[in-house]
Amino acid sequence: MLSAATYGENGKMKEYHYSGPVEHRFSPYTFNGGTVLAVAGEDFAIVASDTRLSEGYSIHSRDSPKCYKLTDRTVIGCSGFHGDCLTLTKIIDARLKMYKHSNNKTMTSGAIAAMLSTILYSRRFFPYYVYNIIGGLDEEGRGAVYSFDPVGSYQRDTYKAGGSASAMLQPLLDNQIGFKNMENVEHLPLSQEKAVQLVKDVFISAAERDVYTGDALRICIVTKDGIKEETVPLRKD
Amino acid sequence: MALQDICRQPHTPAFPLSRKWNDPISLALDGGDTNTVLGRGGFATLPFYMPLTANTGFKKPPLRPRTPHPAPPNQIPKRAAVAVPFELAHGTTTLSFKFQGGVIAAADTRSSCAGYVECPTAEKVIPIHSHLVGTTSGTSADCMLWKRILSRECRLYQLRNKVPLTVKGTAKLLSAALSPFKGTELCVAATLCGWDRTGPSLHYVYSDGTRLEGQLFSVGSGSPYAYSVLDREYRFDMSVPEAYALARNAVYHATHRDAYSGGCVDLYHVTECGWRKIGRDNLLPVYYEKKGGGEVRGF
Repeated sequence: MLSAATYGENGKMKEYHYSGPVEHRFSPYTFNGGTVLAVAGEDFAIVASDTRLSEGYSIHSRDSPKCYKLTDRTVIGCSGFHGDCLTLTKIIDARLKMYKHSNNKTMTSGAIAAMLSTILYSRRFFPYYVYNIIGGLDEEGRGAVYSFDPVGSYQRDTYKAGGSASAMLQPLLDNQIGFKNMENVEHLPLSQEKAVQLVKDVFISAAERDVYTGDALRICIVTKDGIKEETVPLRKD
Repeated sequence: MALQDICRQPHTPAFPLSRKWNDPISLALDGGDTNTVLGRGGFATLPFYMPLTANTGFKKPPLRPRTPHPAPPNQIPKRAAVAVPFELAHGTTTLSFKFQGGVIAAADTRSSCAGYVECPTAEKVIPIHSHLVGTTSGTSADCMLWKRILSRECRLYQLRNKVPLTVKGTAKLLSAALSPFKGTELCVAATLCGWDRTGPSLHYVYSDGTRLEGQLFSVGSGSPYAYSVLDREYRFDMSVPEAYALARNAVYHATHRDAYSGGCVDLYHVTECGWRKIGRDNLLPVYYEKKGGGEVRGF
Protein backbone atom coordinates (compact mmCIF):
# COMPACT_ATOMS: atom_id res chain seq x y z
CA MET A 1 0.00 0.00 0.00
CA LEU A 2 1.28 3.45 -0.80
CA SER A 3 2.10 5.52 2.21
CA ALA A 4 4.54 8.20 3.21
CA ALA A 5 7.11 5.53 3.93
CA THR A 6 7.42 4.38 0.31
CA TYR A 7 9.07 7.60 -0.81
CA GLY A 8 12.57 8.58 0.21
CA GLU A 9 13.81 12.07 0.86
CA ASN A 10 14.67 12.79 -2.75
CA GLY A 11 11.10 12.08 -3.86
CA LYS A 12 11.90 8.74 -5.46
CA MET A 13 10.32 5.47 -4.40
CA LYS A 14 12.52 3.63 -1.98
CA GLU A 15 11.94 0.20 -3.43
CA TYR A 16 13.01 1.08 -6.97
CA HIS A 17 15.43 3.99 -6.72
CA TYR A 18 18.39 4.94 -4.65
CA SER A 19 17.20 7.36 -2.03
CA GLY A 20 20.14 7.47 0.32
CA PRO A 21 22.26 4.96 2.28
CA VAL A 22 20.24 2.39 4.16
CA GLU A 23 21.45 0.09 6.88
CA HIS A 24 20.43 -3.48 6.17
CA ARG A 25 19.95 -5.69 9.16
CA PHE A 26 18.84 -9.27 9.44
CA SER A 27 15.06 -9.34 9.74
CA PRO A 28 13.51 -12.43 11.24
CA TYR A 29 10.30 -11.73 9.36
CA THR A 30 9.34 -12.12 5.75
CA PHE A 31 6.02 -11.85 4.01
CA ASN A 32 4.80 -15.02 2.33
CA GLY A 33 1.55 -13.67 0.93
CA GLY A 34 -1.78 -15.42 0.83
CA THR A 35 -5.33 -14.44 1.56
CA VAL A 36 -7.77 -15.98 4.01
CA LEU A 37 -11.50 -15.46 4.19
CA ALA A 38 -14.13 -16.64 6.65
CA VAL A 39 -17.91 -16.34 6.58
CA ALA A 40 -20.36 -17.37 9.30
CA GLY A 41 -23.89 -18.45 8.49
CA GLU A 42 -26.85 -19.62 10.53
CA ASP A 43 -25.61 -23.17 10.97
CA PHE A 44 -22.37 -23.29 9.02
CA ALA A 45 -19.06 -21.52 8.72
CA ILE A 46 -16.74 -21.31 5.73
CA VAL A 47 -13.00 -20.76 5.90
CA ALA A 48 -11.26 -20.36 2.57
CA SER A 49 -7.70 -19.58 1.56
CA ASP A 50 -5.61 -19.53 -1.54
CA THR A 51 -2.72 -21.97 -1.78
CA ARG A 52 0.12 -19.83 -3.10
CA LEU A 53 3.29 -19.44 -1.02
CA SER A 54 5.43 -16.60 -2.33
CA GLU A 55 8.36 -14.51 -1.21
CA GLY A 56 9.33 -11.31 -2.97
CA TYR A 57 9.08 -11.97 -6.69
CA SER A 58 9.17 -15.78 -6.43
CA ILE A 59 6.59 -18.43 -5.81
CA HIS A 60 7.82 -21.16 -3.47
CA SER A 61 4.80 -23.41 -3.75
CA ARG A 62 1.46 -23.57 -5.48
CA ASP A 63 0.03 -26.06 -3.00
CA SER A 64 0.38 -24.58 0.44
CA PRO A 65 -3.11 -24.04 1.85
CA LYS A 66 -3.52 -21.73 4.78
CA CYS A 67 -6.52 -23.34 6.49
CA TYR A 68 -5.71 -25.72 9.31
CA LYS A 69 -8.27 -27.97 10.93
CA LEU A 70 -8.17 -27.65 14.72
CA THR A 71 -11.19 -29.61 15.93
CA ASP A 72 -14.29 -31.09 14.29
CA ARG A 73 -15.99 -27.75 14.57
CA THR A 74 -13.18 -25.23 14.13
CA VAL A 75 -10.83 -24.28 11.35
CA ILE A 76 -8.17 -21.58 11.50
CA GLY A 77 -6.79 -19.62 8.58
CA CYS A 78 -3.33 -18.09 9.04
CA SER A 79 -1.59 -15.79 6.57
CA GLY A 80 1.51 -13.67 6.83
CA PHE A 81 4.86 -15.19 7.64
CA HIS A 82 4.72 -18.92 6.96
CA GLY A 83 7.29 -19.85 9.59
CA ASP A 84 5.23 -18.23 12.32
CA CYS A 85 2.02 -19.78 10.92
CA LEU A 86 3.51 -23.28 11.24
CA THR A 87 4.80 -22.73 14.76
CA LEU A 88 1.59 -21.09 15.90
CA THR A 89 -0.55 -23.96 14.62
CA LYS A 90 1.76 -26.46 16.34
CA ILE A 91 1.38 -24.58 19.60
CA ILE A 92 -2.39 -24.40 19.24
CA ASP A 93 -2.58 -28.14 18.53
CA ALA A 94 -0.50 -28.89 21.60
CA ARG A 95 -2.69 -26.66 23.79
CA LEU A 96 -5.82 -28.30 22.39
CA LYS A 97 -4.48 -31.70 23.37
CA MET A 98 -3.58 -30.48 26.84
CA TYR A 99 -7.05 -29.07 27.32
CA LYS A 100 -8.61 -32.32 26.10
CA HIS A 101 -6.58 -34.35 28.56
CA SER A 102 -7.23 -32.07 31.54
CA ASN A 103 -10.87 -31.29 30.94
CA ASN A 104 -12.10 -34.33 29.04
CA LYS A 105 -13.77 -32.27 26.36
CA THR A 106 -12.83 -30.50 23.13
CA MET A 107 -12.31 -26.79 23.18
CA THR A 108 -15.15 -24.69 21.80
CA SER A 109 -14.50 -22.09 19.11
CA GLY A 110 -14.89 -19.22 21.55
CA ALA A 111 -12.44 -20.79 23.96
CA ILE A 112 -9.90 -21.36 21.18
CA ALA A 113 -10.24 -17.72 20.21
CA ALA A 114 -9.64 -16.51 23.75
CA MET A 115 -6.68 -18.84 24.12
CA LEU A 116 -5.14 -17.71 20.84
CA SER A 117 -5.45 -14.12 22.00
CA THR A 118 -3.32 -14.86 25.05
CA ILE A 119 -0.82 -16.91 23.05
CA LEU A 120 -0.33 -14.02 20.62
CA TYR A 121 -0.09 -11.43 23.38
CA SER A 122 2.53 -13.45 25.24
CA ARG A 123 4.81 -12.44 22.38
CA ARG A 124 3.84 -8.78 22.51
CA PHE A 125 7.41 -7.57 22.04
CA PHE A 126 8.44 -10.01 19.32
CA PRO A 127 5.12 -10.81 17.73
CA TYR A 128 4.03 -13.69 15.56
CA TYR A 129 3.64 -12.09 12.16
CA VAL A 130 0.42 -13.92 11.43
CA TYR A 131 -3.06 -12.66 10.62
CA ASN A 132 -5.43 -15.25 11.99
CA ILE A 133 -9.08 -15.88 11.32
CA ILE A 134 -10.91 -18.66 13.13
CA GLY A 135 -14.11 -20.04 11.65
CA GLY A 136 -16.32 -22.61 13.28
CA LEU A 137 -19.50 -23.39 15.12
CA ASP A 138 -20.24 -22.04 18.56
CA GLU A 139 -21.91 -23.94 21.40
CA GLU A 140 -25.36 -23.42 19.94
CA GLY A 141 -24.38 -24.61 16.48
CA ARG A 142 -24.36 -21.15 14.95
CA GLY A 143 -21.54 -20.06 12.68
CA ALA A 144 -18.83 -17.99 14.35
CA VAL A 145 -15.88 -16.11 12.88
CA TYR A 146 -13.17 -14.59 15.09
CA SER A 147 -10.58 -12.29 13.52
CA PHE A 148 -7.26 -11.40 15.12
CA ASP A 149 -4.50 -8.89 14.71
CA PRO A 150 -0.88 -10.06 15.10
CA VAL A 151 -0.73 -9.23 18.82
CA GLY A 152 -3.97 -10.77 19.99
CA SER A 153 -6.74 -8.22 19.72
CA TYR A 154 -9.78 -10.16 18.55
CA GLN A 155 -13.44 -9.89 17.97
CA ARG A 156 -16.31 -11.92 16.72
CA ASP A 157 -17.56 -11.07 13.24
CA THR A 158 -19.93 -12.42 10.63
CA TYR A 159 -17.35 -12.28 7.86
CA LYS A 160 -13.72 -11.23 7.55
CA ALA A 161 -10.98 -11.23 4.99
CA GLY A 162 -7.33 -11.28 6.04
CA GLY A 163 -3.97 -11.39 4.32
CA SER A 164 -2.58 -9.67 1.27
CA ALA A 165 -5.85 -9.12 -0.62
CA SER A 166 -7.89 -8.29 2.47
CA ALA A 167 -8.24 -4.61 1.59
CA MET A 168 -9.76 -5.60 -1.74
CA LEU A 169 -12.06 -8.32 -0.49
CA GLN A 170 -13.39 -6.79 2.70
CA PRO A 171 -15.34 -3.97 1.00
CA LEU A 172 -16.89 -6.49 -1.38
CA LEU A 173 -17.99 -8.66 1.53
CA ASP A 174 -19.32 -5.60 3.36
CA ASN A 175 -21.53 -4.94 0.40
CA GLN A 176 -22.64 -8.49 -0.44
CA ILE A 177 -23.01 -10.02 3.01
CA GLY A 178 -23.39 -6.95 5.21
CA PHE A 179 -25.61 -5.12 2.71
CA LYS A 180 -23.70 -1.94 3.46
CA ASN A 181 -24.35 1.06 1.26
CA MET A 182 -27.26 -0.58 -0.43
CA GLU A 183 -30.63 1.09 -0.18
CA ASN A 184 -34.04 -0.59 -0.33
CA VAL A 185 -32.62 -4.08 -0.35
CA GLU A 186 -34.10 -7.05 1.46
CA HIS A 187 -31.65 -8.49 3.95
CA LEU A 188 -31.87 -12.18 3.21
CA PRO A 189 -29.93 -14.60 5.40
CA LEU A 190 -27.03 -16.23 3.60
CA SER A 191 -27.56 -19.83 2.51
CA GLN A 192 -24.64 -22.24 2.38
CA GLU A 193 -24.71 -22.62 -1.43
CA LYS A 194 -24.82 -18.88 -1.96
CA ALA A 195 -22.00 -18.34 0.51
CA VAL A 196 -19.75 -20.91 -1.19
CA GLN A 197 -20.44 -19.40 -4.60
CA LEU A 198 -19.72 -15.91 -3.25
CA VAL A 199 -16.42 -17.06 -1.77
CA LYS A 200 -15.36 -18.59 -5.09
CA ASP A 201 -16.28 -15.42 -6.99
CA VAL A 202 -14.50 -13.22 -4.51
CA PHE A 203 -11.27 -15.20 -4.71
CA ILE A 204 -11.34 -15.21 -8.49
CA SER A 205 -11.49 -11.40 -8.29
CA ALA A 206 -8.69 -11.30 -5.75
CA ALA A 207 -6.46 -13.47 -7.94
CA GLU A 208 -6.96 -11.01 -10.80
CA ARG A 209 -5.72 -8.02 -8.91
CA ASP A 210 -3.40 -9.25 -6.17
CA VAL A 211 -0.09 -10.79 -7.21
CA TYR A 212 0.28 -12.81 -4.02
CA THR A 213 -3.07 -14.57 -4.40
CA GLY A 214 -3.77 -17.32 -6.88
CA ASP A 215 -3.00 -20.93 -7.95
CA ALA A 216 -5.87 -22.65 -6.15
CA LEU A 217 -8.55 -22.03 -3.60
CA ARG A 218 -9.12 -24.34 -0.66
CA ILE A 219 -12.56 -24.05 0.95
CA CYS A 220 -13.40 -25.71 4.28
CA ILE A 221 -17.11 -25.82 5.10
CA VAL A 222 -17.84 -26.47 8.77
CA THR A 223 -21.26 -27.84 9.65
CA LYS A 224 -22.55 -29.97 12.46
CA ASP A 225 -21.83 -33.00 10.29
CA GLY A 226 -18.14 -32.22 10.13
CA ILE A 227 -15.72 -30.40 7.88
CA LYS A 228 -15.91 -30.71 4.10
CA GLU A 229 -13.03 -29.57 1.91
CA GLU A 230 -13.19 -28.39 -1.68
CA THR A 231 -10.40 -27.25 -4.01
CA VAL A 232 -11.03 -24.87 -6.91
CA PRO A 233 -8.32 -23.82 -9.38
CA LEU A 234 -7.42 -20.13 -9.71
CA ARG A 235 -5.15 -18.17 -11.99
CA LYS A 236 -1.61 -19.44 -11.94
CA ASP A 237 0.09 -16.29 -13.21
CA MET B 1 -17.69 -25.98 31.90
CA ALA B 2 -15.86 -29.17 32.66
CA LEU B 3 -15.74 -28.42 36.39
CA GLN B 4 -19.48 -27.85 36.39
CA ASP B 5 -19.98 -31.25 34.78
CA ILE B 6 -17.87 -33.04 37.38
CA CYS B 7 -19.66 -31.34 40.26
CA ARG B 8 -22.95 -32.04 38.54
CA GLN B 9 -24.00 -28.43 38.70
CA PRO B 10 -26.83 -27.42 36.39
CA HIS B 11 -25.69 -25.26 33.54
CA THR B 12 -26.61 -21.61 33.90
CA PRO B 13 -30.14 -21.06 32.61
CA ALA B 14 -30.54 -20.36 28.96
CA PHE B 15 -30.66 -16.72 28.17
CA PRO B 16 -31.68 -17.08 24.51
CA LEU B 17 -28.09 -16.65 23.42
CA SER B 18 -26.11 -17.71 26.45
CA ARG B 19 -22.82 -16.16 25.51
CA LYS B 20 -19.95 -15.54 27.81
CA TRP B 21 -19.74 -12.09 29.31
CA ASN B 22 -16.69 -11.04 27.41
CA ASP B 23 -17.96 -12.14 24.04
CA PRO B 24 -18.33 -8.91 22.06
CA ILE B 25 -21.55 -10.09 20.44
CA SER B 26 -23.26 -10.33 23.79
CA LEU B 27 -22.59 -6.68 24.43
CA ALA B 28 -24.39 -5.71 21.27
CA LEU B 29 -27.69 -6.94 22.61
CA ASP B 30 -29.95 -4.10 23.47
CA GLY B 31 -32.28 -3.67 26.39
CA GLY B 32 -32.05 -5.71 29.54
CA ASP B 33 -32.41 -4.28 32.98
CA THR B 34 -29.65 -2.90 35.01
CA ASN B 35 -29.37 -5.69 37.53
CA THR B 36 -28.36 -8.33 35.10
CA VAL B 37 -25.30 -8.20 32.98
CA LEU B 38 -26.21 -8.63 29.37
CA GLY B 39 -25.36 -11.94 27.86
CA ARG B 40 -24.12 -13.50 31.07
CA GLY B 41 -25.75 -16.93 30.91
CA GLY B 42 -29.09 -16.07 32.43
CA PHE B 43 -31.14 -13.69 34.43
CA ALA B 44 -29.40 -14.54 37.68
CA THR B 45 -27.54 -11.51 38.93
CA LEU B 46 -23.89 -11.62 38.16
CA PRO B 47 -22.01 -13.98 40.42
CA PHE B 48 -19.37 -11.30 40.40
CA TYR B 49 -21.78 -8.70 41.70
CA MET B 50 -21.54 -7.32 45.16
CA PRO B 51 -24.38 -5.04 46.22
CA LEU B 52 -22.88 -1.79 47.35
CA THR B 53 -23.36 -0.96 50.98
CA ALA B 54 -23.60 2.78 51.09
CA ASN B 55 -21.02 3.92 53.60
CA THR B 56 -22.51 1.97 56.49
CA GLY B 57 -20.36 -0.35 58.46
CA PHE B 58 -17.49 -0.35 56.04
CA LYS B 59 -14.28 -1.25 57.74
CA LYS B 60 -11.01 -1.19 55.94
CA PRO B 61 -9.75 -4.77 55.78
CA PRO B 62 -6.89 -5.36 58.20
CA LEU B 63 -3.52 -5.13 56.54
CA ARG B 64 -2.12 -8.57 56.21
CA PRO B 65 1.61 -9.05 56.05
CA ARG B 66 2.22 -9.97 52.48
CA THR B 67 5.23 -11.39 50.72
CA PRO B 68 6.84 -8.54 48.81
CA HIS B 69 6.03 -8.31 45.14
CA PRO B 70 8.55 -10.28 43.11
CA ALA B 71 10.91 -8.01 41.25
CA PRO B 72 9.63 -7.30 37.76
CA PRO B 73 11.21 -9.61 35.19
CA ASN B 74 14.14 -7.82 33.69
CA GLN B 75 13.68 -9.33 30.28
CA ILE B 76 11.03 -6.81 29.21
CA PRO B 77 12.75 -5.17 26.27
CA LYS B 78 12.63 -1.41 26.22
CA ARG B 79 12.35 -1.36 22.46
CA ALA B 80 11.06 -4.19 20.31
CA ALA B 81 14.03 -6.42 19.56
CA VAL B 82 13.04 -6.35 15.89
CA ALA B 83 11.22 -3.84 13.81
CA VAL B 84 7.88 -5.35 13.03
CA PRO B 85 6.63 -4.98 9.49
CA PHE B 86 3.07 -4.11 10.44
CA GLU B 87 1.10 -1.44 12.23
CA LEU B 88 -1.17 -2.08 15.16
CA ALA B 89 -4.65 -0.72 15.58
CA HIS B 90 -4.80 2.85 16.88
CA GLY B 91 -6.87 5.98 16.55
CA THR B 92 -10.07 6.63 18.40
CA THR B 93 -12.42 8.98 20.20
CA THR B 94 -13.59 8.02 23.65
CA LEU B 95 -15.14 10.17 26.30
CA SER B 96 -16.61 9.83 29.74
CA PHE B 97 -18.10 12.16 32.30
CA LYS B 98 -19.76 12.17 35.69
CA PHE B 99 -23.08 13.85 36.25
CA GLN B 100 -25.91 13.74 38.72
CA GLY B 101 -27.33 10.54 37.21
CA GLY B 102 -24.13 8.50 37.27
CA VAL B 103 -21.28 8.13 34.82
CA ILE B 104 -21.54 8.07 31.04
CA ALA B 105 -18.96 6.40 28.81
CA ALA B 106 -19.09 6.73 25.04
CA ALA B 107 -16.76 5.78 22.21
CA ASP B 108 -16.65 5.44 18.46
CA THR B 109 -16.17 2.02 16.89
CA ARG B 110 -13.51 2.42 14.24
CA SER B 111 -10.34 0.40 14.63
CA SER B 112 -7.73 1.45 12.06
CA CYS B 113 -4.13 0.63 11.31
CA ALA B 114 -2.02 2.60 8.87
CA GLY B 115 -4.93 3.99 6.91
CA TYR B 116 -6.95 0.77 6.59
CA VAL B 117 -10.03 0.39 8.72
CA GLU B 118 -9.37 -2.97 10.30
CA CYS B 119 -12.74 -3.12 11.98
CA PRO B 120 -15.67 -0.68 11.70
CA THR B 121 -17.48 -2.27 14.62
CA ALA B 122 -14.89 -2.60 17.33
CA GLU B 123 -15.80 -2.51 21.01
CA LYS B 124 -13.92 0.26 22.73
CA VAL B 125 -15.89 0.35 25.96
CA ILE B 126 -15.21 -2.86 27.84
CA PRO B 127 -17.03 -3.90 31.01
CA ILE B 128 -14.69 -4.96 33.77
CA HIS B 129 -17.20 -5.97 36.36
CA SER B 130 -20.81 -5.25 37.19
CA HIS B 131 -20.13 -1.68 38.30
CA LEU B 132 -17.15 -0.70 36.22
CA VAL B 133 -16.56 -0.11 32.55
CA GLY B 134 -13.37 1.04 30.95
CA THR B 135 -12.94 2.97 27.73
CA THR B 136 -9.92 1.96 25.71
CA SER B 137 -7.60 3.98 23.58
CA GLY B 138 -4.14 3.24 22.23
CA THR B 139 -3.26 -0.17 20.91
CA SER B 140 -6.41 -2.26 20.93
CA ALA B 141 -4.64 -5.54 21.77
CA ASP B 142 -2.96 -3.96 24.79
CA CYS B 143 -6.20 -2.47 26.04
CA MET B 144 -8.18 -5.67 25.57
CA LEU B 145 -5.68 -7.92 27.30
CA TRP B 146 -4.92 -5.53 30.16
CA LYS B 147 -8.61 -5.09 30.83
CA ARG B 148 -8.90 -8.86 31.11
CA ILE B 149 -6.03 -8.90 33.58
CA LEU B 150 -7.68 -6.06 35.49
CA SER B 151 -10.99 -7.97 35.74
CA ARG B 152 -9.15 -10.95 37.14
CA GLU B 153 -7.27 -8.85 39.69
CA CYS B 154 -10.42 -7.04 40.80
CA ARG B 155 -12.12 -10.35 41.34
CA LEU B 156 -9.19 -11.73 43.30
CA TYR B 157 -9.13 -8.63 45.48
CA GLN B 158 -12.84 -9.02 46.17
CA LEU B 159 -12.40 -12.66 47.11
CA ARG B 160 -9.44 -11.99 49.38
CA ASN B 161 -10.73 -8.89 51.08
CA LYS B 162 -14.51 -9.36 50.96
CA VAL B 163 -15.09 -5.85 49.68
CA PRO B 164 -14.86 -4.73 46.09
CA LEU B 165 -12.08 -2.39 45.05
CA THR B 166 -13.03 1.23 44.60
CA VAL B 167 -12.55 2.74 41.17
CA LYS B 168 -9.64 4.72 42.55
CA GLY B 169 -8.07 1.52 43.78
CA THR B 170 -8.65 -0.16 40.44
CA ALA B 171 -6.97 2.73 38.68
CA LYS B 172 -4.00 2.42 40.98
CA LEU B 173 -3.90 -1.33 40.40
CA LEU B 174 -3.88 -0.87 36.63
CA SER B 175 -1.25 1.82 36.81
CA ALA B 176 0.97 -0.33 39.02
CA ALA B 177 0.55 -3.33 36.74
CA LEU B 178 1.59 -1.26 33.71
CA SER B 179 4.56 0.42 35.35
CA PRO B 180 7.13 -2.32 34.56
CA PHE B 181 6.33 -1.70 30.90
CA LYS B 182 6.99 2.03 31.04
CA GLY B 183 9.14 3.12 28.13
CA THR B 184 8.18 0.15 25.97
CA GLU B 185 5.82 0.44 23.05
CA LEU B 186 2.83 -0.60 25.15
CA CYS B 187 0.13 2.04 24.83
CA VAL B 188 -2.94 1.95 27.05
CA ALA B 189 -4.97 5.10 27.69
CA ALA B 190 -8.04 4.08 29.61
CA THR B 191 -10.70 5.82 31.62
CA LEU B 192 -12.30 3.75 34.34
CA CYS B 193 -15.92 4.72 34.87
CA GLY B 194 -17.67 3.14 37.78
CA TRP B 195 -19.80 3.35 40.82
CA ASP B 196 -18.39 2.24 44.15
CA ARG B 197 -19.08 2.85 47.81
CA THR B 198 -18.01 6.47 47.41
CA GLY B 199 -20.50 7.07 44.60
CA PRO B 200 -19.83 7.74 40.91
CA SER B 201 -16.14 7.74 40.09
CA LEU B 202 -14.03 8.47 37.03
CA HIS B 203 -10.30 7.94 36.66
CA TYR B 204 -7.91 8.20 33.74
CA VAL B 205 -4.92 5.88 33.48
CA TYR B 206 -2.17 6.07 30.88
CA SER B 207 0.61 3.60 30.43
CA ASP B 208 3.30 6.24 30.96
CA GLY B 209 2.17 6.39 34.59
CA THR B 210 -0.40 9.20 34.54
CA ARG B 211 -3.32 8.61 36.83
CA LEU B 212 -5.93 11.37 37.20
CA GLU B 213 -9.34 11.77 38.70
CA GLY B 214 -11.86 14.08 37.11
CA GLN B 215 -15.37 14.94 36.09
CA LEU B 216 -14.85 14.77 32.35
CA PHE B 217 -12.29 13.04 30.14
CA SER B 218 -11.90 12.53 26.44
CA VAL B 219 -9.10 10.38 25.07
CA GLY B 220 -7.84 9.64 21.61
CA SER B 221 -7.07 11.27 18.30
CA GLY B 222 -10.57 12.78 18.13
CA SER B 223 -10.54 14.09 21.67
CA PRO B 224 -9.90 17.79 20.86
CA TYR B 225 -13.10 17.86 18.83
CA ALA B 226 -15.03 16.02 21.52
CA TYR B 227 -13.71 18.33 24.24
CA SER B 228 -14.91 21.40 22.38
CA VAL B 229 -18.46 20.07 22.24
CA LEU B 230 -18.40 18.75 25.80
CA ASP B 231 -16.98 21.90 27.34
CA ARG B 232 -19.71 23.96 25.78
CA GLU B 233 -22.65 22.05 27.14
CA TYR B 234 -21.51 19.97 30.09
CA ARG B 235 -23.17 20.66 33.44
CA PHE B 236 -23.21 18.38 36.45
CA ASP B 237 -26.98 18.68 36.86
CA MET B 238 -27.94 17.54 33.36
CA SER B 239 -30.85 15.18 33.00
CA VAL B 240 -30.21 11.66 31.75
CA PRO B 241 -31.51 12.21 28.17
CA GLU B 242 -29.48 15.40 27.94
CA ALA B 243 -26.39 13.49 28.99
CA TYR B 244 -26.98 10.80 26.37
CA ALA B 245 -27.52 13.42 23.68
CA LEU B 246 -24.38 15.28 24.69
CA ALA B 247 -22.22 12.17 24.60
CA ARG B 248 -23.52 11.13 21.19
CA ASN B 249 -23.18 14.65 19.85
CA ALA B 250 -19.59 14.95 21.02
CA VAL B 251 -18.58 11.61 19.49
CA TYR B 252 -20.40 12.49 16.28
CA HIS B 253 -18.51 15.76 15.90
CA ALA B 254 -15.22 14.08 16.62
CA THR B 255 -15.84 11.35 14.05
CA HIS B 256 -16.88 13.96 11.54
CA ARG B 257 -13.55 15.75 11.73
CA ASP B 258 -11.09 13.06 12.78
CA ALA B 259 -10.15 10.62 10.04
CA TYR B 260 -9.27 7.86 12.48
CA SER B 261 -12.64 7.90 14.25
CA GLY B 262 -15.89 6.76 12.75
CA GLY B 263 -18.46 4.01 12.52
CA CYS B 264 -21.01 3.93 15.29
CA VAL B 265 -21.19 5.36 18.79
CA ASP B 266 -21.39 3.05 21.79
CA LEU B 267 -23.00 4.48 24.87
CA TYR B 268 -22.79 3.04 28.37
CA HIS B 269 -24.36 4.39 31.55
CA VAL B 270 -23.13 3.37 35.01
CA THR B 271 -25.43 3.85 37.96
CA GLU B 272 -25.73 2.46 41.44
CA CYS B 273 -27.30 -0.69 40.02
CA GLY B 274 -24.46 -1.37 37.61
CA TRP B 275 -23.62 -0.62 34.01
CA ARG B 276 -26.04 -0.69 31.15
CA LYS B 277 -25.39 -0.45 27.44
CA ILE B 278 -27.70 2.19 26.09
CA GLY B 279 -27.07 1.39 22.48
CA ARG B 280 -24.89 1.40 19.46
CA ASP B 281 -25.98 4.01 16.92
CA ASN B 282 -24.75 4.29 13.39
CA LEU B 283 -23.52 7.82 12.80
CA LEU B 284 -24.34 7.99 9.12
CA PRO B 285 -28.03 8.87 9.61
CA VAL B 286 -27.03 11.36 12.29
CA TYR B 287 -25.04 13.27 9.71
CA TYR B 288 -28.12 13.58 7.53
CA GLU B 289 -30.23 14.54 10.53
CA LYS B 290 -27.88 17.36 11.37
CA LYS B 291 -27.64 18.49 7.78
CA GLY B 292 -31.40 18.80 7.76
CA GLY B 293 -31.12 21.15 10.71
CA GLY B 294 -32.11 18.62 13.35
CA GLU B 295 -30.45 18.00 16.69
CA VAL B 296 -28.89 14.74 17.82
CA ARG B 297 -31.61 13.07 19.82
CA GLY B 298 -31.21 11.60 23.26
CA PHE B 299 -33.65 9.18 24.81
